[in-house]
Amino acid sequence: MNAQTQITEVTPSGETREMSYAEAIRDAMAIALDRDPTVVLMGEDIGTYGGAFQVTLDLIDRYGPDRVMDTPISELGGAGVAVGAALTGLKPIFEFQFSDFAALAMEQIVNQAAKLRYMLGGEAAVPVVFRMPAGSGTGAAAQHSQSFEAWFGHVPGLKVVQPSTPEDAKGLLLAALADPDPVIVFEHKLLYKMKGQVPTGYYTTPIGKAAIRRTGSDVTIVASAIMVHRALEAAAKLAEEGIEVEVIDLRSVRPIDRDTIIASVKKTGKLLCVYEGVRTLGVGAEISALIAESEAFDYLDAPIQRLGGAEAPIPYNPDLERAAVPQKADIETVARRLAKGEV
Amino acid sequence: MIVQDNIPFAIRHFAPAQLREALRKMHLIRLFEEGAEESYMRGLIHGTMHLSIGQEASAVATCMELTDADKITSTHRGHGHCIAKGADVGRMFAEFFGKETGYCHGRGGSMHIADVKTGNLGANGIVGGGLPIAVGAALTAKRLGRDDVTVCFFGDGANNEGAFHEALNMAAIWKLPVIFVCENNKYGMSTPATYATAVPNIADRAAAYSMPGVTVDGNDFSAVAEALHIAIARARAGEGPSLVENLTYRWRGHSKSDRNRYRTKDEIEDWMSRDPIARFRAELIAHGVLDAAGAEAVEAEAKQAVADGVEFAKASPAPGIADVTKFVHAEEAA
Repeated sequence: MNAQTQITEVTPSGETREMSYAEAIRDAMAIALDRDPTVVLMGEDIGTYGGAFQVTLDLIDRYGPDRVMDTPISELGGAGVAVGAALTGLKPIFEFQFSDFAALAMEQIVNQAAKLRYMLGGEAAVPVVFRMPAGSGTGAAAQHSQSFEAWFGHVPGLKVVQPSTPEDAKGLLLAALADPDPVIVFEHKLLYKMKGQVPTGYYTTPIGKAAIRRTGSDVTIVASAIMVHRALEAAAKLAEEGIEVEVIDLRSVRPIDRDTIIASVKKTGKLLCVYEGVRTLGVGAEISALIAESEAFDYLDAPIQRLGGAEAPIPYNPDLERAAVPQKADIETVARRLAKGEV
Repeated sequence: MIVQDNIPFAIRHFAPAQLREALRKMHLIRLFEEGAEESYMRGLIHGTMHLSIGQEASAVATCMELTDADKITSTHRGHGHCIAKGADVGRMFAEFFGKETGYCHGRGGSMHIADVKTGNLGANGIVGGGLPIAVGAALTAKRLGRDDVTVCFFGDGANNEGAFHEALNMAAIWKLPVIFVCENNKYGMSTPATYATAVPNIADRAAAYSMPGVTVDGNDFSAVAEALHIAIARARAGEGPSLVENLTYRWRGHSKSDRNRYRTKDEIEDWMSRDPIARFRAELIAHGVLDAAGAEAVEAEAKQAVADGVEFAKASPAPGIADVTKFVHAEEAA
């Protein structure tokens, strides 16, 4: 390792600061740029423009265009450049403007990044991070609102995370960067402005570990990204009726935290999966199957329920758009019916 | 190409030992692929393979001035590139035989043959897959202040992929040390390049990216070596990428499924009469680099390496069945 690849350690300070989800991601990237000279940011309009969602904001002023690189509008090529750079000694964080545009780069993500280590028998590594703003709720309709986590979660060789809080947005991004293999980080667009306490300095949030956001004994809800917050709101309402819901924030789609989910279902006997991706063949199918195959199956007191995205593209009309993905009221209704034995 | 006298560039530019080694590698590629084909016929190799017999000058001459620090990205027709860059044929045969001692520990096979230690980042099963990856490798060199260059091999078929446009454009705007080497063997599987490509020469497309583009006789070792000499010097000097088109021909079909319904026997025989190895060998003898006996000795060395390589592969152990998920992630590679 030469002088240029020395990593400077930044000690965690033990302090926290209030930040938005977007600020927390930016803080992670700034820390990464400071501590490791091989880190580069790449993406469309991430420089002076600051990124489509202002996540990179002023990083170009602080780190310059060699480390905060605007790419042409070339998703396939740009992702491929990031893969080639990762293969040879850089640690790129590649931002897609919208996760939908990753469809243009599937070749490089799925055929190359995910498989190179395996195809080459462990003789190569691709430590690349793909950041993907995802999800609906912005009125951007069918090609700017999708949730592809199940697509990428289906590919061995990739890791897929979905932070739901500012703290995890920072910690999971730093964990993704520390990971020697490709990691996809889905950032929910509606969460960018959400504020929360975030530890200052360097830390990582482990990939593959779910978080229990609320404990309860009646129903388990496994939710991801913005659905965690909707599930927590529903759980608060149901608590007023005496129904205690346990809310698990999945955080990581691949690898998935089987142990936490199984333990919760064994406790509550009831499972509701809530996710924004299309319901059929989505993340909820995997969670349902892992429960059906596990010892938790014998503890089930009701059929497993799934709330996912509609079997349709995300529509433009705001009422239709809301109807296309699970809302707080939907979660509340299904969880209540589960708790009352009406399913 | 301007020739100052009637001595070819390669003879003037390279030492006799380098030229002898180049001839050995060309023979080695030919004999390796014939050996692989024979092993396939005998059922020792399964799957498929894409042979580059007839294209040996392109592979070896392109890699003449590359060091192990320089990178290449290769293609599905990549055996020649791998050998030209310095791989050991024993470990290549072992890979084709699916053995643990192969370059990819039996996980990659012909289509993913690689040798990262000699700078070969791998063959690729996706046409055009290596184009942006090569640009990324060149970006690393530039960012880390290293002077290594990346050669990106691709075929005439890949020149019509979107990845070609995106990769060449980015290499040009960032002035990256990458040389795009198109091995135009006239057919993308069965589809003629003349039908599939809107410009007469693929190198003409370089103009769209403000980079030099040159078309050379890819079966002329010296012509390829000279074109690469210029392009590599430009890349190392930080002046940016180049596109070199090597016109060549594959004697065999696209892959093992090819019934050769799209080209004539006459055409194939015509190209076989322009064997790049015989041509280079005659050139070395004509210019006194080797005598006939010396050339025979070079070929015999290559034959022996291939025979030894097959034996090494046969004697090597297969991967353990329980290791099917090994190498998916770093922790499983330990």
